[in-house]
Amino acid sequence: MEKEIAGFRVNLSKDGYLTDFSQWNKDIGHAIAAEEGVNLEQHHWKVIDYIHEQHKNEVPLTIRKVGKSGVVNIKEFYALFPGGPLKKASRIAGIPKPVSCI
Amino acid sequence: MKNVIILGAGTSGTMMSNLLRKQLDSADWNITIVDQRTHHYYQPGFLFVPFGVYNAEEITKPIEKFIPSGVQLIQGEIDRIDAEADQIIMQNDTIIKYDILVIATGTDIAPQEVEGLEEPFWNTDIFDFYTIEGASALHEKLKNWEGGHLVVNIAEMPIKCPVAPLEFCFLADAYFTNKGMRDKVEIYFVTPMSGAFTKPKATERLDYLLKEKDIKIVPDFNVMSVNGEDKTILDYEGREVEYDLLVITPPNMGSDLMERSGIGDEMNYIPTDKATLQSKVKANIFAIGDATNIPTSKAGSVAHFEGEILVENIVRFIEGRELKAGFDGHANCFIETGHGKALCIDFNYTHEPVEGTFPLPGIGPLQLLKESRMNHFGKMAFKWIYWNMLITGKHIPFVGAEMSTAGKHFEEEPIN
Repeated sequence: MEKEIAGFRVNLSKDGYLTDFSQWNKDIGHAIAAEEGVNLEQHHWKVIDYIHEQHKNEVPLTIRKVGKSGVVNIKEFYALFPGGPLKKASRIAGIPKPVSCI
Repeated sequence: MKNVIILGAGTSGTMMSNLLRKQLDSADWNITIVDQRTHHYYQPGFLFVPFGVYNAEEITKPIEKFIPSGVQLIQGEIDRIDAEADQIIMQNDTIIKYDILVIATGTDIAPQEVEGLEEPFWNTDIFDFYTIEGASALHEKLKNWEGGHLVVNIAEMPIKCPVAPLEFCFLADAYFTNKGMRDKVEIYFVTPMSGAFTKPKATERLDYLLKEKDIKIVPDFNVMSVNGEDKTILDYEGREVEYDLLVITPPNMGSDLMERSGIGDEMNYIPTDKATLQSKVKANIFAIGDATNIPTSKAGSVAHFEGEILVENIVRFIEGRELKAGFDGHANCFIETGHGKALCIDFNYTHEPVEGTFPLPGIGPLQLLKESRMNHFGKMAFKWIYWNMLITGKHIPFVGAEMSTAGKHFEEEPIN
């Protein structure tokens, strides 16, 4: 479905994840974060940069993998994106919902 | 003379040794396979050991029995892979050079990743069924267990054989029913996923089965620590679940050999191209099975489908031809649901499991995503297929590496 976020037209999945990463920008990230009750600060952006990097390389993400990235540990990851850090961070980062595959 | 070295003589490595020996001319190519263990386990059988369906002897055979003549088996521990110099270094300092390396070192449980998962409660109140020791110890425990809260937990995905913990719940339900003590046992399935499975159609069907069997599901639970004294598991958001008997699948990790060699990812898996199975470490290194980081199930069926493509790509690599981007993520699993029935699912990177017939469209005999006795017989017959066809690299009729969409009931175009 199509929706306007932060003044931009974007395509979203049923669960509210961007379906086309090329439509993403930082303003959209901020707006989705606000919907999720998260105020994006420097540490959040470091995590989002890491997520983008993994996404670009088609590497599936898990909470523990993020926790071992050196960018955050698992407890900090929960503190930054409370109540489902991987799902929230992925949505804010504009990548598909993590499938925790398989 | 040139050398292929295969690391790991489990499902993938053993299969590759058989497939490659048939393809590569013995006059030009030596093939060596390295493993520190002496026994090959029929791992799909581990799930049945706690319930006394199989015992340890029935699912254990010597590794060497399945390595073809013309392949050298080295039993020893590998210290590290020196990718730059195209060689492996054994613990005893022996150096073995290779032209092509196939990494098939699999994945293993890493209990040390969860706080509190160690002695003195490991194998007394807390068990795994992903090792022969764990599955056998759990069998002894279940024989005399008087009931209470049975908590079946997945610490984190991805895990080897991702439906096994759910199957464990179904089999436990049947086991306690047959013992006439189902009313004394409450079964909880505590999972980091939002439902019984990750793919929507299968989750719908499996959530229904959980309800029907009175198995309670606790979703979105990411375990942080286990308190063996209080018998509780705690998640990162402060939620707590009490147990009397905890059957946990700890986080899975690849071999720490990758860490020593500096070539794995954070979880010691090999960064691998998901379609060609060539590693991203170096062009002459390939990876297969559970050892890769590709986004499909860690399962024997996947390794089997990958094998066909990997052999072709190794031949192409040797001949200097372009690799075939042929692997589609195909996985096929039986899901044991207890009382002599099972489901069967078939899926890949882009197509989720749906209802239908398999492997012959419209005929079956297996029913996709529906419980049937035939599916259960399929699962039981698979032990013979595994030992006699799969790991020895024989073609399994009607089941191709590329997933077929025929005979399946897709409602809409695949997503992703």
